[in-house]
Amino acid sequence: MSLSALTSQPASDTSTTSATVLPLKLKKPSRLATRLIPLLGDIAARVVPPTIVIAVLLLVWELLCRKQGATLPPPSQVFTETYDLIVDPFFDRGGIDKGLFWHLSASLQRVALGYALACVAGVALGTLVGQSTWAMRGLDPIFQVLRTVPPLAWLPLSLAAFQDGQPSAIFVIFITSIWPIIINTAVGIRNIPQDYRNVAAVLRLNPAEFFVKIMVPSAAPYIFTGLRIGIGLSWLAIVAAEMLIGGVGIGFFIWDAWNSSHISEIILALFYVGIIGFVLDRIVAGVASFVTRGTAAN
Amino acid sequence: MSAYLKIDHVGKTFSRGASETEVLADITLAVDKGEYVSIIGHSGCGKSTLLNIVAGLTPATTGGVLLEDREVNSPGPDRAVVFQNHSLLPWLTVYDNVRLAVDKVFSGSKSRAERHDWTMHNLDLVQMGHARDKRPAEVSGGMKQRVGIARALAMEPKVLLLDEPFGALDALTRAHLQDSVMVLHQKLQNTVMMITHDVDEAVLLSDRIVMMTNGPAAKIGEVLDVALARPRKRLELAANPTYLKCRQRVLEFLYERHRFVEAA
Ligand SMILES: Nc1ncnc2c1ncn2[C@@H]1O[C@H](COP(=O)(O)OP(=O)(O)O)[C@@H](O)[C@H]1O
Ligand SMILES: [Mg+2]
Repeated sequence: MSLSALTSQPASDTSTTSATVLPLKLKKPSRLATRLIPLLGDIAARVVPPTIVIAVLLLVWELLCRKQGATLPPPSQVFTETYDLIVDPFFDRGGIDKGLFWHLSASLQRVALGYALACVAGVALGTLVGQSTWAMRGLDPIFQVLRTVPPLAWLPLSLAAFQDGQPSAIFVIFITSIWPIIINTAVGIRNIPQDYRNVAAVLRLNPAEFFVKIMVPSAAPYIFTGLRIGIGLSWLAIVAAEMLIGGVGIGFFIWDAWNSSHISEIILALFYVGIIGFVLDRIVAGVASFVTRGTAAN
Repeated sequence: MSAYLKIDHVGKTFSRGASETEVLADITLAVDKGEYVSIIGHSGCGKSTLLNIVAGLTPATTGGVLLEDREVNSPGPDRAVVFQNHSLLPWLTVYDNVRLAVDKVFSGSKSRAERHDWTMHNLDLVQMGHARDKRPAEVSGGMKQRVGIARALAMEPKVLLLDEPFGALDALTRAHLQDSVMVLHQKLQNTVMMITHDVDEAVLLSDRIVMMTNGPAAKIGEVLDVALARPRKRLELAANPTYLKCRQRVLEFLYERHRFVEAA
């Protein structure tokens, strides 16, 4: 045994070293050619079309709004008028006279808080409704009615209840984003295959183990669909809610700019709102595809 | 009266709203320790229902199941099931699927290292140790079924329940797995109850074949002893008179006396 191991050791060593050195030298330049160039081509294929479309749209906008009597500023004017805001998003002159970074971060904090609460409560309620027929019969009609209430309709009521803008805005985010989370979670739980339940039963998993090991991974694709719709709705609602409650926040920034007829600032703010909404959506989608890898395929 | 596993006057009636269907009527069967029993019958006669009652996944309407003289009416790892469609959790690797069972069953009695060794031991038993880090979606149907068997064996069940374990596999893979199961049974001496609708499979693997009549209200029609010495070799059996006689008996039962009526 040991003898054969000894004799085979050096033989395999030499063969591996000679086998690794030669191809490496040969492959180095070709790898660059075969991987990097297609990658660059791929990037170009993704970047060039939107760049062209954006350039054309900006040009059309510029031409349309340059004419006498145009009500909206052309992009060149937007840029010059908001140059200070773009280059210095961090200034703070007290009150609501702050850089865009502070407005956006205030809005994001409200969304983060309201959305986080909605995630926890939504998954919990969705699990209850998905798992218990009785809870579904009792709660589903209520959910179906309440979810059609527009986000802003909740604001006066929550102002009356909380007596303050901050918690009211957070509540509006919460109540807006919770419905798709509840409904999608419930569907996911109800769609757990009987096979998985049987496996859990044979193994005698207790309810906590069943929740963590079977329910959540099995329903994860559905839950994340709800979470993704929820984050989108949250961001939609925050701008509207902040317009009404005032204070620091991108919503009130827009409203304030309108009151001061700073149309260029509104356009800049809309641009940021769009970008951040997009990034939030991509973050949740990224987490979803990371967490649910392997679940979809069966 | 001291059979290892006893199915005692079990009946099952499903009721959906006002309509009631009697699927099983008065099934009584005793299985000895270490015995390999197959249940054969036409599709829809209630084989899975019977197996699920033994597993505790479906409650019996009448009668009950006794294991070592104690009534069992809820599922547990002492009656491990290999399901027809493997039922592996797709988000766990092959290893983790088996480890989940091992961790649950031996949480108090084995250390971490022992549980790891036991998981690998059972994967190696079904020759799946090499695929431990693959997900179920990345291995073939036959391999998934092997992992399902490893998971069931890893629970050290008193009774191993197999519900058409090879039904969804091609003929070649199926033969391989049948051989593996025979070897494992020889080695571990488990008590096995297997459902099948394949006559050759039943004769090849079983000590006894339980033939069920067609539903509704299916009963045990006949029980056949397969007096073939073990270990059995597929090729040698092809011309064995006992094998051929057993095969003939089951075929006669299924296709002459209890022909499958589509509009049942
Ligand atoms: N949960 C259920 N509710 C109502 N009927 C059922 C249920 N499960 C099975 N059955 C009926 O019981 C009969 C036997 O089913 P099954 O045990 O799966 O048959 P087999 O496994 O022999 O093919 C079938 O007619 C099926 O429709
Ligand atoms: Mg069946």
